[in-house]
Amino acid sequence: MSDLRDLYQEVILDHNRRPRNFGPLPEATRAADGYNPLCGDRLRVAVHLDVDRIADIRFEGSGCAISKASASLMTESVKGRTLAEVDALFQGFHQMVTASPGTPPDAALGKLTVLAGVGEFPMRVKCATLAWHTLKAALHDPNAIATTE
Amino acid sequence: MSAISSPSSLDVARIRGEFPILQGQVHGKRLVYLDNANTTQKPKAVIDTLARYYSEYNANVHRSTYLLSERATAAFEGARSKVQALINAPASREIVFTRGCTESINLVAQSWGRTHLRPGDEVVVTWLEHHSNIVPWQLVCEQTGARLRAVRVDDLGQVDLDDYAAALKGPAKFVAVIHVSNALGTIVPVKGLIEMAHARGIPVLVDGAQAVAHVPVDVQALDCDFYAFSAHKMYGPTGVGALYGKTALLEAMPPWQGGGDMIASVSFEKTTYNTLPWKFEAGTPNIAGVVGFGAAVDWLRQFDLSAVARAERDLLDYAIARLDDVPGIRIIGRPPDRAAVVSFVMDGIHPHDVGTIVDRQGVAIRTGQHCAQPVMDRFCVPATARASFAVYNTREDVDALIGALRVARELFG
Repeated sequence: MSDLRDLYQEVILDHNRRPRNFGPLPEATRAADGYNPLCGDRLRVAVHLDVDRIADIRFEGSGCAISKASASLMTESVKGRTLAEVDALFQGFHQMVTASPGTPPDAALGKLTVLAGVGEFPMRVKCATLAWHTLKAALHDPNAIATTE
Repeated sequence: MSAISSPSSLDVARIRGEFPILQGQVHGKRLVYLDNANTTQKPKAVIDTLARYYSEYNANVHRSTYLLSERATAAFEGARSKVQALINAPASREIVFTRGCTESINLVAQSWGRTHLRPGDEVVVTWLEHHSNIVPWQLVCEQTGARLRAVRVDDLGQVDLDDYAAALKGPAKFVAVIHVSNALGTIVPVKGLIEMAHARGIPVLVDGAQAVAHVPVDVQALDCDFYAFSAHKMYGPTGVGALYGKTALLEAMPPWQGGGDMIASVSFEKTTYNTLPWKFEAGTPNIAGVVGFGAAVDWLRQFDLSAVARAERDLLDYAIARLDDVPGIRIIGRPPDRAAVVSFVMDGIHPHDVGTIVDRQGVAIRTGQHCAQPVMDRFCVPATARASFAVYNTREDVDALIGALRVARELFG
């Protein structure tokens, strides 16, 4: 069960039970829908963009613990950041969850490193990255629907 | 491991011994394979048949005069007769080999559907259908201007017979219906549905992907017009399946793909098509797959399918009782007449997480939408976890699943 504990850490279970920044964002300037057809996860990420800075962000939808916790943690870590900073975070996050097992996560990712365990579960990488793909779609192509396929 | 017990008349210990993969482990645990509705494992007899074909008589079929081709052709056409016998089809020319159940349905949609469907006609399906018995009909509806009508399903997961009768009274031109639901396990009373459709002169296709390995299928007793199924869900190889069709219907249908083997003669002015069933088998077929399909039929026919159905039902009832015992588990669909499949959700744990957690205990189940999104919508769940059984499953397998689910509960609190 220890490897399962690596994946389902208390922080992740907590964000799954009590997702942060969850709900609609009436003042959103950008939004996108994300869909993982494999498991039916659906997310909507809404952003209030102030020039090139994320002034506020919220998400809604249903999904597994990994996708929900990842979305929740993402909203916390990108709030107040510039687009360039968000791109760098996404890149770092993506590298972390697809890295070969045992690779130490980049400390610059902060709290997001609790999802490093996903690397041991290749089938779940899409769950962890759905919110990020959706955020990227919202920021770069406001009409797009992000999918993990 | 404790001794294997099964309340059935099947010698499950012997059966298990014939499946090399079941002797193996995953994550250091005994493999408990409960994803049989997705694909079954393969007995040694099938695996050996594939190896023997490639190592002893690999050659193209129907084309050459040398010995290997003769042997390959005999094995290929021999498999057709075996499949014919399995479902009690009147003639082997009524068995068309395809890539699988999905392709069988697409064949009928494109060949029969494009020929006969007109604007305003309706193709009747049910809310239980697998996507592969929905999307081919949507495609042909777009091409012809016909409409798709979905018959309602009740809270137990059964087809609403009143709604079905109402649909037949509309501009129904064709019925396509699942035999056993891959998502809920419902055995649909297809014989009755076929009678009702025939009373109005409407032909019926039955999607039997989930049925052939689990309940006796007799296409003459059913009187269905088409019956589609896959080898890989009945202990055979992937990438091969069959379509049964009544001779008169198949004769009148145009080919749907052109190529080698489906023609009698070709010139640039005119091509004459081959006779049944080869008219519908363009190109070099999946010869090894078909020969392996034949071996799977032989393997399956050592059993009395009624006994298989009883044994699997017994195991299913045990699984349902055990699942009902776990707090926070809700079973989706309670059809009284059901086969080998149970879908469920767990309070506060997404099916996808359930799947990952039980996998680490060696238990393989399917989680997600099971290619049946309308069923998920009907029961207002985004996804389910699903356990599905085959002849080699035991009560110990069910116990392992229950134990693994308790780990999930413990982990999520």
